[in-house]
Amino acid sequence: MQRNHIIWIVAPILIVIVSIAGTLYYAVGNSRRKLIISTTTSLYDTGLFDTIEDHFEEKYPVDLYVISVGTGLAISHAERGDVDLILVHAPQKELAFLERGFGTSRKIIAYNFFAIVGPESDPAGIMDLTPNQALLKIVEYGRAQGVKWVSRGDDSGTHTKEKGMWTDAGLNWTSMREEDWYIEAGTGMGKTLQVADNLDAYTLADMGTFLKYKKDEIISLRTLVTQGEELLNVYSVIAGNMTRHPHLNYDDAITFIKFLISDEGQEIIYNFAKQDYGQSLFYPAVNLLRQNTDPELVQWIMNYSFFEGHECPPEYWGNHPELYP
Amino acid sequence: MLEFLENPILQITFRSLQISGTATLLSVLWGLPLGIAIGMRSFPGKPLVKGVFNALLGMPTVALGLILYLLFSKSGALGFLSFFPSTQAIIIGQSILITPIIISLATNAIESVDPEINDLARTLGASNTEASIAVLREAIGSVLLAIIASFNRAIAELGVALAVGANLRGNTQVLTTVIAMEVNRGNIEYSIQLTIILLMIVFAITIFTNLLRRRIK
Repeated sequence: MQRNHIIWIVAPILIVIVSIAGTLYYAVGNSRRKLIISTTTSLYDTGLFDTIEDHFEEKYPVDLYVISVGTGLAISHAERGDVDLILVHAPQKELAFLERGFGTSRKIIAYNFFAIVGPESDPAGIMDLTPNQALLKIVEYGRAQGVKWVSRGDDSGTHTKEKGMWTDAGLNWTSMREEDWYIEAGTGMGKTLQVADNLDAYTLADMGTFLKYKKDEIISLRTLVTQGEELLNVYSVIAGNMTRHPHLNYDDAITFIKFLISDEGQEIIYNFAKQDYGQSLFYPAVNLLRQNTDPELVQWIMNYSFFEGHECPPEYWGNHPELYP
Repeated sequence: MLEFLENPILQITFRSLQISGTATLLSVLWGLPLGIAIGMRSFPGKPLVKGVFNALLGMPTVALGLILYLLFSKSGALGFLSFFPSTQAIIIGQSILITPIIISLATNAIESVDPEINDLARTLGASNTEASIAVLREAIGSVLLAIIASFNRAIAELGVALAVGANLRGNTQVLTTVIAMEVNRGNIEYSIQLTIILLMIVFAITIFTNLLRRRIK
């Protein structure tokens, strides 16, 4: 009878030992401080974040834990208190996030331009039109001839941008998405490009992912519309708010923000993959905004991604007003 | 000398083996005794219990991943554990995922053993545990197969590892999450290399088990 009970005693003990050993292994293996970041996929999938991470971890005793998700999910991670910091590119969502009280210390770090890409044959003839004209043409040819448009459809920054562009062009996105030519991929940029490529369709692409796929000859789509204020894409970093989630690593989040906006951080962004593609994938925004070197572009950035004239309204500065000289 | 251990592919592969191995070990620790108990005894509601575990065999990994994320998230019920994102969370998730496999297959294996073996052992004066061991010895081949099927399911799943591990570089990346990420990044070749490793692990372990089963029989 005694031996009957042995297994019921031994098993739980073993489970406890394994669990404790695992936790210790985890804790001891990570004596450095931890900064958890959710970043938009375009910054991560291009490899830029790997480079930033290497430079930052070399300089500070902090380990970056980087989660690559769309802007929508990054914001929801921050609201649930799962991450210390987010890197995103959807100004309207960022403002709502700040207003709900979950974010502080927003800084604009970089910008680039989206591109409307499509098949080599360009059936709708949108080449070098303005973005608004191009979208109207695509709708016209979509309805008349079934030329397809593929949308990210995943609530990411790029998807948010796309919806905004339809609205700016005077179209109603909610009713349009029910039409046959309008396809929602519900996935990341890479997959969306592949879907568009296979369907000979048009789509809105971030240049980083597009150039990568193009260079590796995964897709045969080409850029058709690349100019215009409407295509501006602005990346910002926002720290989580300690008053909502006291456990957050706010100090290291600020250190990381300061690193990103420092000359060193901005250099890394500018030089990233420049040699591979013959052009920068992301352009640093900090000195541009501070010194107003290109007034037209600065005006575009302010129109698109400033809130009442501020990159971060003073009530969301947190304890670090020095970020906003 | 040990520089090759720094190789990211090796690290990811070892981490996959370690996580799914630990998950399998844990689910064997609690699942096997439970499976044997259910298999050897008859009690009211037994078909219901078996039905529940059979139904859980088909648990979609995205569903389990979402549930666990909501539990482990800082705003979730178990948020104080700080398990999101971590390898422990993947281990727990995978072990929950495969426990029904162990229990169901072990129960079936035990039930298919001739009941006379149990009776015979007892007439020869065996205790409950000794009789269990005698029955288990007869069913060992099928139980091994259950364990391997569980391990393969664990190492091949993506939903849980992505949801609660979040594919952190050098930290919670496992083979499946890296394959998914590298496909997104357009690094198809690298994804293929990792896919081959994953397939080799699954096939090698299955073949090894089959050989082992033959030797036991």
